[in-house]
Amino acid sequence: MSSYTPSSSAGGVGSADSAAPRRNSKRPKYSKFTQQELPACKPILTPRWVISAFMLVSIVFIPIGVVSLLASRDVVEIIDRYETECVPQNFRNNRVSFIQSDANKTCTRRLTVTKHMKQPIYVYYQLDNFYQNHRRYVKSRSDSQLRDNSSWNDVSSCKPEDDSNGLPIVPCGLIAWSLFNDTYNFSLNNQQLAVNKREISWKSDRDHKFGNDVLPRNFQNGTLKGGKSLDPTVPLSQQEDLIVWMRTAALPTFRKLYGKIERDLQPNEVIHVTLENNYNTYSFNGKKKLVLSTTSWLGGKNDFLGIAYLTIGGLCFFLALSFTVVYLVKPRRLGDPSYLSWNRNPGGH
Amino acid sequence: MKRYVYINENESSHELYCDNRISNRKYTVLNFLPKNLWEQFSRFMNQYFLLIACLQLWSLITPVNPASTWGPLIFIFAVSASKEAWDDYNRYLSDKKANEKLVWVVRQGIRKHIQAQDIHVGNIVWLRENDEVPCDLVLIGTSDPQGLCYVETSALDGETDLKTRGIPATCMGIDFELLHKIKGVIECPNPDKDIRRFDANLRLFPPFIDNDVCPLTIKNTILQSCYLRNTEWACGVAVHTGNETKLGMSRGIPEPKLTAMDAMIDKLTGAIFVFQIVVVMVLGIAGNVWKDTEARKQWYVLYPLEGPWYELLVIPLRFELLCSIMIPISIKVSLDLVKSLYAKFIDWDSEMIDYETGIPSHATNTAISEDLGQVEYIMTDKTGTLTENRMIFRRCCINGVFYGNESGDALKLLNAVAGSSPDVIQFVTVMAICNTVIPIKSKTGAILYKAQSQDEDALVNAAAQLHMVYANKNANILEIRFNGSIIKYELLEILEFTSDRKRMSVVVKDCQNGKILLLSKGADEAILPYAYDGQQTRTFIEVVEQYAQLGLRTLCLAWRELKEDEYQEWSLMFKEASSTLVDREWRIAEVCQRLEHEFEVLGVTAIEDCLQDGVPETIETLRKAGINFWMLTGDKQNTAIQIALSCNFISPEPKGQLLLIDGKTEDEVCRSLERVLLTMRITSSEPKDVAFVVDGWALEIALKHYRKAFTELAILSRTAICCRVTPSQKAQLVELLKSCDYRTLAIGDGGNDVRMIQQADIGVGISGREGLQAARAADYSIGKFRFLKRLILVHGRYSYNRTAFLSQYSFYKSLVICFIQIFFSFISGVSGTSLFNSVSLMAYNVFYTSVPVLVSVLDKDLSEGTVMQHPQILFYCQAGRLLNPSTFAGWFGRSLFHAIIVFVITIHAYAYEKSEMEELSMVALSGCIWLQAFVVALETNSFTVLQHLAIWGNLVAFYVINWIISAIPASGMYTIMFRLCRQPSYWITMFLIVAAGMGPVLALKYLRYTYRPSKINTLQQAERMGGPILTLGNIEPQPRSIEKEVSPLSITQPKSRSPVYEPLLSDSPNSSRRSLGPGTPFDFFQLQSRLSSNYSRNCKDN
Repeated sequence: MSSYTPSSSAGGVGSADSAAPRRNSKRPKYSKFTQQELPACKPILTPRWVISAFMLVSIVFIPIGVVSLLASRDVVEIIDRYETECVPQNFRNNRVSFIQSDANKTCTRRLTVTKHMKQPIYVYYQLDNFYQNHRRYVKSRSDSQLRDNSSWNDVSSCKPEDDSNGLPIVPCGLIAWSLFNDTYNFSLNNQQLAVNKREISWKSDRDHKFGNDVLPRNFQNGTLKGGKSLDPTVPLSQQEDLIVWMRTAALPTFRKLYGKIERDLQPNEVIHVTLENNYNTYSFNGKKKLVLSTTSWLGGKNDFLGIAYLTIGGLCFFLALSFTVVYLVKPRRLGDPSYLSWNRNPGGH
Repeated sequence: MKRYVYINENESSHELYCDNRISNRKYTVLNFLPKNLWEQFSRFMNQYFLLIACLQLWSLITPVNPASTWGPLIFIFAVSASKEAWDDYNRYLSDKKANEKLVWVVRQGIRKHIQAQDIHVGNIVWLRENDEVPCDLVLIGTSDPQGLCYVETSALDGETDLKTRGIPATCMGIDFELLHKIKGVIECPNPDKDIRRFDANLRLFPPFIDNDVCPLTIKNTILQSCYLRNTEWACGVAVHTGNETKLGMSRGIPEPKLTAMDAMIDKLTGAIFVFQIVVVMVLGIAGNVWKDTEARKQWYVLYPLEGPWYELLVIPLRFELLCSIMIPISIKVSLDLVKSLYAKFIDWDSEMIDYETGIPSHATNTAISEDLGQVEYIMTDKTGTLTENRMIFRRCCINGVFYGNESGDALKLLNAVAGSSPDVIQFVTVMAICNTVIPIKSKTGAILYKAQSQDEDALVNAAAQLHMVYANKNANILEIRFNGSIIKYELLEILEFTSDRKRMSVVVKDCQNGKILLLSKGADEAILPYAYDGQQTRTFIEVVEQYAQLGLRTLCLAWRELKEDEYQEWSLMFKEASSTLVDREWRIAEVCQRLEHEFEVLGVTAIEDCLQDGVPETIETLRKAGINFWMLTGDKQNTAIQIALSCNFISPEPKGQLLLIDGKTEDEVCRSLERVLLTMRITSSEPKDVAFVVDGWALEIALKHYRKAFTELAILSRTAICCRVTPSQKAQLVELLKSCDYRTLAIGDGGNDVRMIQQADIGVGISGREGLQAARAADYSIGKFRFLKRLILVHGRYSYNRTAFLSQYSFYKSLVICFIQIFFSFISGVSGTSLFNSVSLMAYNVFYTSVPVLVSVLDKDLSEGTVMQHPQILFYCQAGRLLNPSTFAGWFGRSLFHAIIVFVITIHAYAYEKSEMEELSMVALSGCIWLQAFVVALETNSFTVLQHLAIWGNLVAFYVINWIISAIPASGMYTIMFRLCRQPSYWITMFLIVAAGMGPVLALKYLRYTYRPSKINTLQQAERMGGPILTLGNIEPQPRSIEKEVSPLSITQPKSRSPVYEPLLSDSPNSSRRSLGPGTPFDFFQLQSRLSSNYSRNCKDN
């Protein structure tokens, strides 16, 4: 970097006549930035400051925690785990063969409403130990194909479910192929309980990610049938189950919206669910649950935030308190010069 | 081996030698890309990233879009490449300017105006006054009837005086017009870079008959980049052109220096790399096991039963790619960026401008500022570094009579001169003419002296004040004005000063009586032994000793009358010696020796070299900061010790103790060394300043035979004085300390310090009177020694602190995101899924996290004043307390903790129906960004507006960027950010992450800060509280140099030094400061001669 100045630029260094202007031009202009003298605020961790910070956090967090917890407690949730119950006794030891057989898989469940449930009541199915986030799985889709009919044969990213018998599959890929295919029918007091399956997916997905001119082709035509089949006459933008399913979950335990019940349910009302137990979670011991849940401003029933807030708030309160006690018991003057003993040779080796 | 330059033969040289096109460019348009890429890829880090980027092209294993690595990689490469390209373009422009400059060149016998780049070897180039010399020329004619011209060589060697150059004897008297047609051959060596040698021969062809081969020396050349001064015109033959000139050859690319911090960062990078490999292997194995046990059952994944042969490699490679972000790709760029800013801060610092010359400090090497904060040893030159190198004639002893010891002596001396005491007059005459000084009459009639050596300058000026004015030099005739009359001397020969001979002489002929005189001056040991037999030199030896103890530089003056034939005989030998091509210098020295003997010693002069302002304070402060000082000087032992005492280098008895290592033989040195070592071991526990003194001779023996013992001594001793050392010994000593793993800083001002400066970890050059040579070779150039304090304590320390934070933080932020990816892989079937999308990953390192940390270059943990008062705090930097494996472990732990916090909170708060992939990844990412902002805020010691802007603005920018991306329907995260920002749970999660992540960090930091504060913390507290500690400092704050300029006399004086001696002659602008003592000594002090005031102006102009 310090290469010898070439002759060409030597004028500034050598000649006497350039000495005077050089003095001024080379002298840097004074500014607070160049002198590193920008006005700065230099906070230090005084006990007062730290204790009040922790106190403030606890004062803010505990009420929020309480509110969140209450919100979560307000949510009424009915969870019914059915994957074992819906297998006939004689198949209990060999559930995989049952699910793969052509046997009648209809199953009836009884759900009792514990508390008043305000509409809309969301119907979810919950899968456990299902890795929608597996790398092989999560990548196996073709967004361009879903969006636009013109690129219907763009299946390069869909391996191994890209084509059947040489024809491109629409929608291709493992995700679509393994579409969840259990169905639920609800009845209350022998009356059909209507489940609205419209607008259960994101509007943005219906409008922009799944084309209204893209029709399923060659779907579930292969030798190996995965999950649900799609009506080849309905465009993908209206196949909301598919759209919901294709929003892959990041966790191995997840709920997906099945539909909405748009009426209130009263306590002790009994709902009969007739379900088709088609989906194979038995080969990997996955659980299947049917969930009916109301919602709050925080979403579904989840105590985590409330508890975490209370814990953090409590801990902060405790810390603030103990800092205060320690400070009072063993006060220490900040910046006491007696801590500065330079007596020992600092450069000693 | 040799080149034959045919003068005025245009065609022949074209193929043989290059034209005069100067090129400093590293690249051409064509080779830029490959060459630059090759250079960049020769760095390990870049190779690593390239490998990662290539692996990412394999879609089977890449967890993310290859753009996430290629993007930053290309960005970083583009930044470095465009910086290179810009530098190269600027070099090209300046080359072009030089190449296209018009010069007068003789073509086909006619003078033509052509571009400098078209000059060929053998051309005759004409120069006018103040022209820059376009290539190396051999002079053949000048406007001066004696064939002399003056050149300024400062661009070449940094010496600002004018040098005389003359045409060779054969060319003497050739007519102006005939010069166009001159023909001949110059036999000269191939281009080399030695700017002090040019051993060549010239033979002219008929009609310029002279069959003799005429020797040429460097005196007959004018080299590229010099300036022609005080000469109307000159012309010369181009012998070396373009990049083959002396200047071009000495251009070199210095080896890049690696700072201790860089080494540490590399080490940590290596550790992270190993960690990464371990993680990859563990996860790879786990992934393969999971795949074979669990994944086969997950029918929807549809694993084929039989995979390809590389099946087992796929998952580990995927993890390798996933973990590659552990090593932050941006760290190199960030570091380069902040380092160049550190350097800029040094350049800009208005407190480090030398207001006498107006030269600001300059960081030539922008990459090593952190090392300044870690200096452990400072090796300093004495003359010009600690001292002003502004010589003032203080005392003299003429023939046993002392002048200058007590006040009134000057008058005595003046009277003696006036009284025409022959000894005194002879003495003063030697002072006036035994030199190479060039007097220049300015327009006002005042005489300015251009002197190569400051000693000569002092002597000539002193002589002038004693009314022996060296008035004019007209070719070989020297004019001396003495008491109104003019005495002329004819200068016959100059026997130049070399550091081996340690003396210089002139042979002059007194024009009045035709006597030939040899006048000499030199070091005592180079003069006194050669006194004629009858002379008692004992008094002189004592005087020299006495003066040296006062810290004065002594010169002995002597003369001898030569007989005519003795001179003639010798003159022939001298001519012969001067024209040899081999070992010329040695031959000349030998011949000179034959003349320089049988001296009549006239007396001894004592010249004081004043200490620079603030030297004792600077040394005291830096020694308090735990820096060890070694003084390496070529001066005499006594002088060195005196200077060392007066600048707090060593303490006087009884506090300090000086141990002497001397001896002429191996045995003596060995014994002496062992004795010193023993004393040193015993006293090392006592609070006593022990220093050892060694001279060049003993040092050579010690380094050769007792290296181990000497090394031990070097480690034990905090202070050392090495006198009479050669430049290469200086470099050896630096090397020795470096080999003991100490960070060394070498500071010097002269050409003899260059090797030491280049050898040391940090070289600092003082742009002083000995020229710019040292400053050019150095990494930093400063105007005054006292700026060293600020350079180290302020700039070095801040740079170290800032880089320590920046580098560790860079690893921290990369580790956080990488840990999250690793945790996520545990809940995604160890399959190597990336939680974050490609855009986020790419932007995370390059945008989201790099801006806030960059403003840490403005962070100041302690104010400059506090650091100056408590220089001991530098210990934290020296010992590397802020960046070492254990602090790094802290950051590593913090990143692990934060990753756990972000991950756990995210997957719990966004569980079940909310566990959508894109949303969850954005929640985790924003959690990281929030934590980053607070971590930077917590670690920042001083907030300026810019820091607030960067930290909080960055947080806002993160949302803005993501909103923009979320608005693009084609992007994967379309609408995600809007959706999240509408959810109360998102914000609640963020606050939770911040509180949970920062709470423990804050609590720990607070406890440490309050109950186990480091010294830095204590000082911070004291500073902010404004406690009494601020008054405890026992060093008065450095006066601001700005005030200095206004009133140059109000500078706080260094404490009065023990031996009070008054200036014998007040011939320096400084003298007024020094003579504040009682009893203004001299009468002519007030009536300062016009000359000295001119001199002072002269000084300033330089």
